Amino acid sequence: MTPVVTVEHLRKAYGAVTAVEDVSFTVEEGEIFGVLGPNGAGKTTTVECLQGLRRADGGTLRVLGLDPRTQGRELRGRIGSQLQESALPDRIRVWEALDLFASLTPGAADWRVLMGQWGLTGKEKASFASLSGGQRQRLFVALALVNDPKVVFLDEMTTGLDPALRRVAWDLVEAIRARGTTVVLVTHLMDEAERLCDRLAIVDRGRVVAMGSPQGLIDLHAPQVLVHFSTSAPDVDFLFRVPGVETVERRGEQVEVAGIGAVLALVASALVERGIIPTDLRTERATLEDVFLRLTARSQGAA
Amino acid sequence: MIALRRMAWVELKLFLREPLTVVFALVLPLIILVVMSGVFGNTPDPEFYRGYGPVDFYTPAYVGLVLAAIGVVSIPAHLAGNRERGVLRRFRASSVPLGVVVGAEALVSLVIALVSGVVLGVCAILAYGVGAPASPLLLVAAFLLSALMFAALGVMLGSLIPTARAAQAAGMMLWFLMLMVGGPGPPPETLTGVLGVLSHAAPLTYASRLLQEAWLKGGWSWADTGIVAAIALGASLVTARFFRWE
Repeated sequence: MTPVVTVEHLRKAYGAVTAVEDVSFTVEEGEIFGVLGPNGAGKTTTVECLQGLRRADGGTLRVLGLDPRTQGRELRGRIGSQLQESALPDRIRVWEALDLFASLTPGAADWRVLMGQWGLTGKEKASFASLSGGQRQRLFVALALVNDPKVVFLDEMTTGLDPALRRVAWDLVEAIRARGTTVVLVTHLMDEAERLCDRLAIVDRGRVVAMGSPQGLIDLHAPQVLVHFSTSAPDVDFLFRVPGVETVERRGEQVEVAGIGAVLALVASALVERGIIPTDLRTERATLEDVFLRLTARSQGAA
Repeated sequence: MIALRRMAWVELKLFLREPLTVVFALVLPLIILVVMSGVFGNTPDPEFYRGYGPVDFYTPAYVGLVLAAIGVVSIPAHLAGNRERGVLRRFRASSVPLGVVVGAEALVSLVIALVSGVVLGVCAILAYGVGAPASPLLLVAAFLLSALMFAALGVMLGSLIPTARAAQAAGMMLWFLMLMVGGPGPPPETLTGVLGVLSHAAPLTYASRLLQEAWLKGGWSWADTGIVAAIALGASLVTARFFRWE
């Protein structure tokens, strides 16, 4: 199956400032693909080039088989888009916005159904200005879906939302995917990317520094596992002989074991073997944030 | 076509929900009519106004002034404001063609101009005894052509000026300047030197003359028509070339 999105060696500069140096990735049908990176990494520029909202300086781009540089208008009619820094007129009403955007696409989805799906029923006559941040976000998602797109681009959709609304927005993204729409999600939030994305590209200073599933990236770039427990047993040095264990540190009754692989199971079994049965045995895995900090620190060191 | 109709309809409703612009477009010309008629009366003076009564002479020019207000004051501020706030960006991302955005502006401004112009004309006829238009047909033609020109100018200004604030300031300045030198102010024959040059540069001068010719004499000036059409065309070309969505 051909990918929904293909980017090869995308390059984009604004005057003397290079926003995107060299970005390549593909997005397969039905997945949630994340573009993760710090502010100013070139994420937004990348997806705006993909939507033909900005003209790429170099590289090959294909979205749904179309070239955003020459077929931008046609492409934008077939994708959904939620943009940073966009708005509607203050006094436009929810139903008017949906009706207007639906009228732009022949054979658009029924916006009344969308309004129900995205929790806007009862708000049809509310003006855009009177909507809360979360309601606006839901309206923008509904507008992005009104042309029944095959792929949606969501750019920092949870920025400015409080933690509770952020969770609601995450459910929205999963609901979009559940209806069979491919999602390209731009974010600088690690927990968001880890929770939602099937695969992601970490972008830093205009380049892709890593790509894969969140777990795959963690396994590859931050494979260390920490095991914590407490015990009154005087000697735990036997743990050094457990396969995969790299360090054992003890502070009073607290013990921290660090290693790679199935350290938790092996440490547990070694402890039980010696009659030590801690009640607070727990493990701490690296998160995407550890991967991210490691990778972006490296690229900063190289710069 | 459906998109253009919907967009124009929504824009019209948005306009009506904006009290300040409604007052500006509909009420200000009436105030000017009332004040000016109070000052000048409508007794014909053979030395000025080509022998017409001042209110007779000015009413068509005030109609032009309404068109200018909508064109150079409301449209640029509206367009630039939509750009500044990211509304145009939102439209573009949903593949709204430039023609729909611009066409809706033009249609809405035409509708508002029509209402405002009719109110003004009827008030002038009923309250001040201004004579009915000598040629209603030519008057409508002059009106449409002038409205088109000012809409094109407004869209051009809205395309070139980045912020709503700047657009509003520039529009107001132009509008007041045209009020003074473009027909609704001192009679053209008293404008000499720099004022005469400004008068020739003001688009309203030509719109006023077209409207006056049609209203007062049932006449038509092809020279003025050419100038008005050229301005409209030039402004449209500038828009097509320099329009910025963001």
